Amino acid sequence: MENKIKLAHGNGGEENNELISKVFYKAFKNEILEKSEDAAVIEDGKLAFSTDSFTVTPLFFNGGDIGKLAVCGTCNDISMMGAKPKYLTCSVIIEEGFSIDDLNTIVQSMKKELDNNGAIVVSGDTKVVPKGSVDKIFINTTGIGEILKKDISSNNITQDDVILVNRDIGTHGAVIFASREGIALETNLKSDCSSLYPIVKELIDNNIAITALRDATRGGLNAVLNEWANQSNICIEVQEDNIPICDEVSGLCEILGFDAINLANEGTFVLAVKKDDEKKALEILKSFNKNASSIGIVSQKYPKKVILNTQWGTSRFLDIPTGELLPRIC
Amino acid sequence: MCLAIPSRVTKINYEKNIATVDTMGVTRDASLDLMEEGSIDIGDYVLLHIGFIMNKIDEEDALSSLETYKEILEVMEQEELEKTIKDSDNCPNG
Amino acid sequence: MDSLNLKDLYDGFRDPQVITSYKKLIDKEAKKLSKPISIMEVCGGHTHSIMKYGLNQLLPKNINFIHGPGCPVCVMPKERIDHAYTLALENDVILVTLGDMIKVPGSLGTLQDARAKGADVRFVYSPMDCIKISKENLDKKVIFFAIGFETTTPMTTALLHQVVKQDIKNILFYINHITVPEAMRVLLDDDTNNIDAFIGPSHVSVVSGSKIYDEFSLKYKKPLVVSGFEPVDVMESILMILKQFNQNRCEVEIQYSRSVNKNGNLVAQKLNDTYFIKREHFRWRGIGDIPKSALKLKDKYKEYDAEVIYKDILPTKIIDDNKLCICGDILKGKSNPIECKVFGTVCKPSSPLGSCMVSSEGACAAYYKYGSFLK
Repeated sequence: MENKIKLAHGNGGEENNELISKVFYKAFKNEILEKSEDAAVIEDGKLAFSTDSFTVTPLFFNGGDIGKLAVCGTCNDISMMGAKPKYLTCSVIIEEGFSIDDLNTIVQSMKKELDNNGAIVVSGDTKVVPKGSVDKIFINTTGIGEILKKDISSNNITQDDVILVNRDIGTHGAVIFASREGIALETNLKSDCSSLYPIVKELIDNNIAITALRDATRGGLNAVLNEWANQSNICIEVQEDNIPICDEVSGLCEILGFDAINLANEGTFVLAVKKDDEKKALEILKSFNKNASSIGIVSQKYPKKVILNTQWGTSRFLDIPTGELLPRIC
Repeated sequence: MCLAIPSRVTKINYEKNIATVDTMGVTRDASLDLMEEGSIDIGDYVLLHIGFIMNKIDEEDALSSLETYKEILEVMEQEELEKTIKDSDNCPNG
Repeated sequence: MDSLNLKDLYDGFRDPQVITSYKKLIDKEAKKLSKPISIMEVCGGHTHSIMKYGLNQLLPKNINFIHGPGCPVCVMPKERIDHAYTLALENDVILVTLGDMIKVPGSLGTLQDARAKGADVRFVYSPMDCIKISKENLDKKVIFFAIGFETTTPMTTALLHQVVKQDIKNILFYINHITVPEAMRVLLDDDTNNIDAFIGPSHVSVVSGSKIYDEFSLKYKKPLVVSGFEPVDVMESILMILKQFNQNRCEVEIQYSRSVNKNGNLVAQKLNDTYFIKREHFRWRGIGDIPKSALKLKDKYKEYDAEVIYKDILPTKIIDDNKLCICGDILKGKSNPIECKVFGTVCKPSSPLGSCMVSSEGACAAYYKYGSFLK
């Protein structure tokens, strides 16, 4: 690892993981941390605890804003452990000159999303820094939730499980990239930014045999599948044409040379459920979004690897995303 | 080489020599500086590459290719069917 | 005939049943070959398609792919990346380039490294974006680090045309545009090459027309089929090549006829001729010097040429690749990435030692990323 931080270190992929393990995990070494789940399970499996920081640009995008994102992000991480989000903190670092009207809009979005989760903000912090020290506003939320279904873990996936996804992928990443300076792509596409707790609750209430859940944020579906393959020491075989991708995301990916599987999501999650519950789980997921799909199986073909199978009988490995996401010219 | 993407022209700004193209619901402005004046119309299919239209796709030719593929499929299906019939004719239990 | 939908231009050329049908037709035709053949796909985009769609897994054992040098990012010599790095670190410079160029390491580092050191390095989707950047930064020099083959060259000239027309004073160009036929010629002039036929580039051909390949069938006696990018296009093109062999023909054919014709885009060609001339020499990473294979600005436009204006600060050292790198042989089809001693160990996409590992169109990077399912 070189000695300067690069943008790639924040990509949710290989460089990100390397930074986390060689700097943070090395210093903070403990059993809970090393499990690398979406949220830490503490107090003997009773509580889930997670933190996340939000630096998205633009602040306001089609389908949400940084406030909605800040609440969804942490609440979703907690939900992914089978827990009900209960209490959040909210820390903001605001750039001098930021519009108070915008701040109000952001905070209102946060409140709305808290209500969707049945959670409240109980503590916070506000810092203002000179112009240029942060890019408008950075938000950190930390959340604690009550675990409703124990033992959900990315380390326990086996060949008895199937891999599902709750909706079409890549919309958040596509919306953010389209609005980037110079890319100038216009679309009606809306970010998938939303709270996942209602769906998770429905699955738990219906006794679905859930092994693992993970929301596909930075690094996209790709990052989740590779993390799972690695953490559970399994091979995940995905049927490529079963991965739901909407037309606009496809269009953007064609133009920029991206793969939707690498784009970030903020309301899309991956499930590993026992085979017997596949049908029931899909029915529940489809009641929230008709694009829910069963995308893969678990095997031992190539442990710690993810395989993509095409419809015409060929296969390739899906490697963990590396580097900054950059448009391809060739 | 290079990523040149089939898109459809939805608007033309003759003054700025720019067309708006749509790629499956994603739209972008693209320069017409590399095309002969007046050669592109609304509704045309074009190739988009790094913000420029680089050529007009020959619709008839594309349709003709797709028709050829359809015919190949039909021939293949027919051959499979004949093979299946032949195999079952040869079946000792048949 | 039905009317065409945009989706047809994608899905219709990715139809799984059609791909499978072509596999069967190729199997049949390949049985008649008198000896195994090696097909070079010149263009990096075709390498990407072949590996992404796993088309090499569909072919019988007597057909082999050789991955060509058609990746402008991969063949950029390290010393020119060092130039970009040096220019980027100049105080009043904004260095602008297209996408993946910023990841490639020279001997001083990547443009991303330069950015981490405080350089203003930006990637753009379109060269035209330089105009907005230049207007918003009148006190800076915007240097467009131009890369690409014949497909992308016209877009640089279109930008230059606007810069001249609008009398924009703070946009400069650092030109690295290269051409395909000269590289193909050099590979074939090496008698030990194993190339039997070519899959011709899709979009280079849209600009130049298929006329630029005539010498390869006439003089070098290699069949060439200009192919589209989609999996059906590539499979159809392979079948066309096989038929040429079995029917004792040797021609330039166009499979990608919905977009390619013999003469190409004349407007683009005229713009190129207005602003560029061929360089006498240009080093291609992994291959070495290829005469007349690269472009530079005509003397008339030297006020826009960053290579001229910044001549005094640009390092002059030529930087060779690691001795263990066998990219040269891989590009000529004499070796396979897996035969390279450093493949996948010391030489990886995140730390490439040679040109073929630099971006996902390079043979080694494609093998590393996708290729564990090789037959």
